[in-house]
Amino acid sequence: MDRVKRTLTPYLLVLPGGLWLLLFFAVPMATMLSLSLQEGDIVNGFVFTGHWQNYVDSISAYQTQLIRSLVYGAITSVVLIVLAFPVAYWIAFYGGRKKATYLFLILLPFFVSFVLRTISWRMLLTDDGVLLHPLKEAGLLPADFQVLGTATAVIAGLVYSFLPFMVLPIYVALERIDPRVVEAARDLYASPLTSFRKVIFPLALPGVFAGVLMTFVPATSDYVNSELLGSSETTMIGQVIQSQFLSNSDYPSASALSFTLMTVLLIGVFSYARALGTEDVMKVAAR
Amino acid sequence: MRLRIGGDRLLHVYTWILIAWLVLPIAVMILFGFNDPQGRYNQTWQGFTLKWYGEVFALEALTDALVVSLLVAVATALIAGALGTGIGYALGRWQFRGAGALNLLMFAAIASPELVMGSSLLSLFVSLGAPLGPVSITIAHVMFSVSFVAVVVRARVVTLDRSLEEAAADLGASGWTTFWKVIFPIILPAILSGVMLAFALSIDDFVITNFTAGTTQTFPLWIWGSTRVGLPPQVNVMGTMIFAGGVLLAVLSNVRSRPRRKTA
Repeated sequence: MDRVKRTLTPYLLVLPGGLWLLLFFAVPMATMLSLSLQEGDIVNGFVFTGHWQNYVDSISAYQTQLIRSLVYGAITSVVLIVLAFPVAYWIAFYGGRKKATYLFLILLPFFVSFVLRTISWRMLLTDDGVLLHPLKEAGLLPADFQVLGTATAVIAGLVYSFLPFMVLPIYVALERIDPRVVEAARDLYASPLTSFRKVIFPLALPGVFAGVLMTFVPATSDYVNSELLGSSETTMIGQVIQSQFLSNSDYPSASALSFTLMTVLLIGVFSYARALGTEDVMKVAAR
Repeated sequence: MRLRIGGDRLLHVYTWILIAWLVLPIAVMILFGFNDPQGRYNQTWQGFTLKWYGEVFALEALTDALVVSLLVAVATALIAGALGTGIGYALGRWQFRGAGALNLLMFAAIASPELVMGSSLLSLFVSLGAPLGPVSITIAHVMFSVSFVAVVVRARVVTLDRSLEEAAADLGASGWTTFWKVIFPIILPAILSGVMLAFALSIDDFVITNFTAGTTQTFPLWIWGSTRVGLPPQVNVMGTMIFAGGVLLAVLSNVRSRPRRKTA
């Protein structure tokens, strides 16, 4: 009796949460897949017809936005690695007793709503805003200088939004490095640059991979930054999906686009996770 | 620790520049809560005033949206806290069949784009003809935050010293008593950080809420809907209050947990 109870306990504990995930994460995915193969309209209802044409139609109609999103996401991740690595490095190796304080400062933006932060950026970048107006007055920028509405503004916004997600995993990886390993490299006459290149950087790579994972997916599928900071020239796939779902109620083709985006991203994510081990990624993600 | 590569001064300065960049829009948000704009647009500095702090709840629709956000966040924190603790404790404590599949499911829920989770939930609700509102928002929020709670709790449970349980058993405590008197107090800080994380994720969420809210407004949704007509300074004041409250809570919980860490 006791043994039966013990073997049942983990299942009973897992059941409610697992069921919630199944019902509201896995089942909706299946529903959306089914919806993406249906035909009809919002008034007369949708019928499942295995209509693969939805995919062909919506991908060919919005491939520009899809590719643009992937490009923006990739640029964002690369810029983030370049920006975040030195900071993570400095905090991990020179932060001393104030490491936690520096990490806290890096995390400060998370205490402000995502939408509100992006709106603050729009205020800063607007043509006669708090940032550009004084610079133009001082003659540091030409009077017709404009950044809002450009790809630069959108990517800068994405970089801003997800910076902490890149700093943290790289920091965690660097923090784990045994200083004796680096000392050993030095004892073996490796130059500082060589020991960085051959010892520190390879050991930090899992952190970089995790950072890419945690930034590329949300950046590629984001629509807040491109909506608030961009223009019709910078429309991303998220904006298309959002308006197809919420304004046009064109559920089948919106579902097809959403599913396409997820397939593209998840293939990337799972091949990453495979190379890395799911556990490791989860651990870093939990920090 | 001497890992001198040179240029660490430069890196120090760079770190502070980056922090300044991160803080800049927050400073703008706080500053414009004290602005006295003449027109509808709170975008250029017109003079200092404290009146918005007095009239912070003057806009009924905005206040209602904030209340919805807070209620949903509390419900999410409680439900996701309970469900996530169950998963985290079981995964950290036992090895059982299906644990791998559950891990995969949680990983997928953490790694999936919010846009896709939001749109798929909308697909489900639309197909079922389910009404959209605070309940559907809460369902969605619990879905995406339960895995985070589970991961945080599991990380603590994995490090539990098994001999504590054995000692309790030797002293004649039942499994139930051992859990509540020994295990639970030890993992409580982890549960609480999981609950706080769920609360924070919920109150800030925009994308998934955008898809599952229907006509209901939450704080982020209200802001999103009002950007074109101009944001009232009350939004800045509320944002500042949430920011200050969050920072204060984080600092306090850090200070409180410090002496405990030393004795452990």
